[in-house]
Amino acid sequence: MFEYAPAPESRDIVDIKPSYGLFVNGEFVDGGGPGLKTVNPATEEPLAEVATATSDDVDRAVQAARKAFGVWSALPGAERAKYLFRIARIIQERARELAVLESLDNGKPIRESRDVDLPLVAAHFFYYAGWADKLRYAGFGDNPRPLGVAGQVIPWNFPLLMLAWKIAPALACGNTVVLKPAETTPLTALAFAEICQQADLPPGVVNIVTGAGDTGAAVVAHPDVDKVAFTGSTEVGRVIARTVAGTNKKLTLELGGKAANIVFEDAPIDQAVEGIVNGIFFNQGHVCCAGSRLLVQESIQEELLDSLRRRMATLRVGDPLDKNTDIGAINSAEQLAKIRDLSAAGESEGAERWSPACELPQRGFWFPPTLFTGVAQSHRIAREEIFGPVLSVLTFRTPAEAVEKANNTPYGLSAGVWTEKGSRILWMADRLRAGVVWANTFNKFDPASPFGGYKESGYGREGGKIGLEAYLDV
Amino acid sequence: MSRLSVRKTYKLFIGGAFPRSESGRSYVVTSPKGDFLANAARASRKDVRDAVSAARKAFPGWSGATPYNRGQILYRIAEMLEGRRAQFAEEVGGGKKPALEAVDAAVDRLVWYAGWADKIASVYGTPNPVAGPYLNLSTPEPTGVVGVVAPADPLLGLISVVAPVIVTGNTCVVVAAERAPLPAITLGEVLATSDLPGGVVNILTGHQAELAPWLASHMDVNGLDLTGVTDPELALACEQAAAENLKRVLRPVTPDWSAEPGIERMTRFLETKTVWHPAGI
Amino acid sequence: MASSNATLRAFLHGLPGVDRVGADQRAAMLGTRSIKTTAKAKAIDLAVSMVDLTTLEGADTPGKVRALCTKAMHPGAGAPRVAAVCVYPDLVHVAAEALKGSGVKVASVATAFPSGRSSLEVKVADTALAVAAGADEVDMVIDRGAFLAGDYLKVFEEIVAVKAACGAAHLKVILETGELATYDNVRRASWLAMLAGADFIKTSTGKVQPAATLPVTLVMLEAVRDYRDETGIQVGVKPAGGIRTTKDAIKMLVLVNETVGDDWLTPDWFRLGASTLLNDLLMQREKLTTGRYAGPDYFTLD
Repeated sequence: MFEYAPAPESRDIVDIKPSYGLFVNGEFVDGGGPGLKTVNPATEEPLAEVATATSDDVDRAVQAARKAFGVWSALPGAERAKYLFRIARIIQERARELAVLESLDNGKPIRESRDVDLPLVAAHFFYYAGWADKLRYAGFGDNPRPLGVAGQVIPWNFPLLMLAWKIAPALACGNTVVLKPAETTPLTALAFAEICQQADLPPGVVNIVTGAGDTGAAVVAHPDVDKVAFTGSTEVGRVIARTVAGTNKKLTLELGGKAANIVFEDAPIDQAVEGIVNGIFFNQGHVCCAGSRLLVQESIQEELLDSLRRRMATLRVGDPLDKNTDIGAINSAEQLAKIRDLSAAGESEGAERWSPACELPQRGFWFPPTLFTGVAQSHRIAREEIFGPVLSVLTFRTPAEAVEKANNTPYGLSAGVWTEKGSRILWMADRLRAGVVWANTFNKFDPASPFGGYKESGYGREGGKIGLEAYLDV
Repeated sequence: MSRLSVRKTYKLFIGGAFPRSESGRSYVVTSPKGDFLANAARASRKDVRDAVSAARKAFPGWSGATPYNRGQILYRIAEMLEGRRAQFAEEVGGGKKPALEAVDAAVDRLVWYAGWADKIASVYGTPNPVAGPYLNLSTPEPTGVVGVVAPADPLLGLISVVAPVIVTGNTCVVVAAERAPLPAITLGEVLATSDLPGGVVNILTGHQAELAPWLASHMDVNGLDLTGVTDPELALACEQAAAENLKRVLRPVTPDWSAEPGIERMTRFLETKTVWHPAGI
Repeated sequence: MASSNATLRAFLHGLPGVDRVGADQRAAMLGTRSIKTTAKAKAIDLAVSMVDLTTLEGADTPGKVRALCTKAMHPGAGAPRVAAVCVYPDLVHVAAEALKGSGVKVASVATAFPSGRSSLEVKVADTALAVAAGADEVDMVIDRGAFLAGDYLKVFEEIVAVKAACGAAHLKVILETGELATYDNVRRASWLAMLAGADFIKTSTGKVQPAATLPVTLVMLEAVRDYRDETGIQVGVKPAGGIRTTKDAIKMLVLVNETVGDDWLTPDWFRLGASTLLNDLLMQREKLTTGRYAGPDYFTLD
């Protein structure tokens, strides 16, 4: 047997302070609320204590952003661009450190934070940096104006990447920002605050307020916030939409999903299996666009599932800092409980549960890659977002049935189609009500490519030229 | 002795047909001077329900029609409207000259939007130069069923909110201007004879405050245009209700309907779909 | 299935397609596996034991072949012997003599290597001569021209004929994937070779670029895996050409490990066709033993 020896990435590269304040007006300040501990979900070891911003703290941050808005929005686009390029470069310079920090705080495998998250973070800043002095070519008029102060609330699944998706276009368009990172993953956002300092970004242009839901709610509700951007659950998205109702705040929401990954009998099977695995087990399934419903054509069901099980048996679950780990830790005890609850419901509702033999660490939050077969549309595991490494398998007979089942959900974020027949791909892509359709691939992201949902998966797009629209007064 | 005219019964326009309100109710529509004009149907929540269901039924066909075809049909509506210029001017009221100008502007607006049908994707869609061996294209697609609360301007305002919604492939349920609903129903007659598939546009007359909240809360409505809502409380309640299924909401505005509209009324009810495909041999 | 070109074609074209971008990405991802310390030591020795130490030059002489054979049997300080020495048919007798009793196999290329552009008679005679001279293994080339022209039956029948001429010798069928151009073709050629009786399928002659890339090897590993699932018959895989560093070799082993698993992780079922690779493996082995980086002056050039 060819056993891989442990290949841990050194955590010495990161220097985590015992405690962190809020980042307001260019400096770190104390928060008024009780500190919260952020833990390493792979070990439950506390990493640092992080301040909680009260509504007064949020108010100070918004004021700082308001004050900075005058200066920042008046800068020539080319100067804003240079700040963003500078930030992009510093991110590249510190990429390894940030990747380790992300894996420590989030639980995701270092292979993903190193090879996916961090390169995309830097790329996102590079991409929007280039837009800052070219906005008049973007199709929103000759002199598109920024909105003002953007209040941004981001989730814990891609902490730094979601920060980049929010901050890069906001700043490029001339807005200033108050961003609240997720309660369980604040550390890379605070490292980003340091990067803003290293880049000499004018004070108040970026403000980071840490805390839990209350802090986020205070950001969203603050009367001097002109723009709200949120990525997270549909449940919270609804609350935010209600909060900003009747105001002049512009709102974009990137919410949940229950994507269908549709595999036809003429698919490139080996790549489809990889796409299924990548679709649901990437980032422990903590992905809003995860391919959590596998729709497989009945004629190849057995063959495909055999291949999938064989492939799942090679997934390496464990220490997120081991460079060979494929599946890391579940981000929090709360999320683990939710995954367990829905998986239990899958079993009790009659679906068949399978996981490969895999040893899970004793401490920390872990869940094995899990496959449910015999799933019906009416099962909870086929309808509710699990946000974990759990795949529900359903079957279909015809393309029309595949489309019907794929669209039969309140969500509409993403979908996958696997077939070697070109015209069928286009036919399917046309009919799938989802913001991103991956054909013969899955879970691909790029700053130049718009991302966002239909229906209850939210509205507005992040990425690409159209991603500017969320931060311009148009 | 002069001839006694045959009056029209102003009914609703749902699914291509002209039913009375299921509630059997009507309300008096008067001229600005207070003269009796008609008993318009006073739609109920069940009429909203029926209209939404007609709009949903029409959505696959209309959104699946070629943009060229949709453009042709919008142009046809303009042709039909032009043919009834005098009738609309009379129903719009407020002086013959301004009324005719308003009708002409409405016709021109339809023509303007008709031309967008097969261009909006070129303007609002993008090829995305991603860093990898992929073809990556973003194209706009209609949001679905849109609830529209039409502004007080009875024809130009109405056309200005309905045309941008449907030209891109959405279907809609329109709450006509409460005080001046007659042009809206006559527009229904135009639509019914313009090759527009039944259910693409459904027109309800009645009380905005009664109907709008049902549209706002309906879970099979995907977008909500509150342009015509004048009461801030009602607008707030509608936007809050719309949050339940994350409807795309256009907040109340009072634009200058004579100005060139721009593309925002179209883009507000468009979804961007991005398709990836690997490029390999 | 092989009753006519049409049935062969129908079968081969009915195999699932290979999406190039997806296959490239899977191979690249496996290439990021980090093999360290004890795992690396084990992998290096395993790789050494899988090497088909090769010399296929016009300038080859008995002296060159003998030197190579010596290295094959005794690579140096504690390293295992390699799997085979691979030479041209006319030098098989030299290798057979030199390797006698060592356990290192004699492999010979044959069938008008590397282009394969000759008659079936010549190819069969080439094979028979190599076997008669003592070859344990024959590395034949397929007729890529016939394959690309869609004459699958011709390719099939040639392999069958060469296999017959091999007698007890093992047959490795070289697909020359660099000339097949697409991964779909690699998969089809793999199946064609296996159906015709190949004991091994091999990527390349080493004379055409690209040769043994990771994704091509991945596609061929998937083919032998699926073939065994279908028929119960296990077929070996040999990437050859361009594998020069320990890192290259370890990536190959990772590919085997995570695609087909343990059953193929022996010299009986997986070989690395290479010449300069061996010294790099030995240098890396030395580094692991001594803790310092090795220098080329301490390793023989054979």
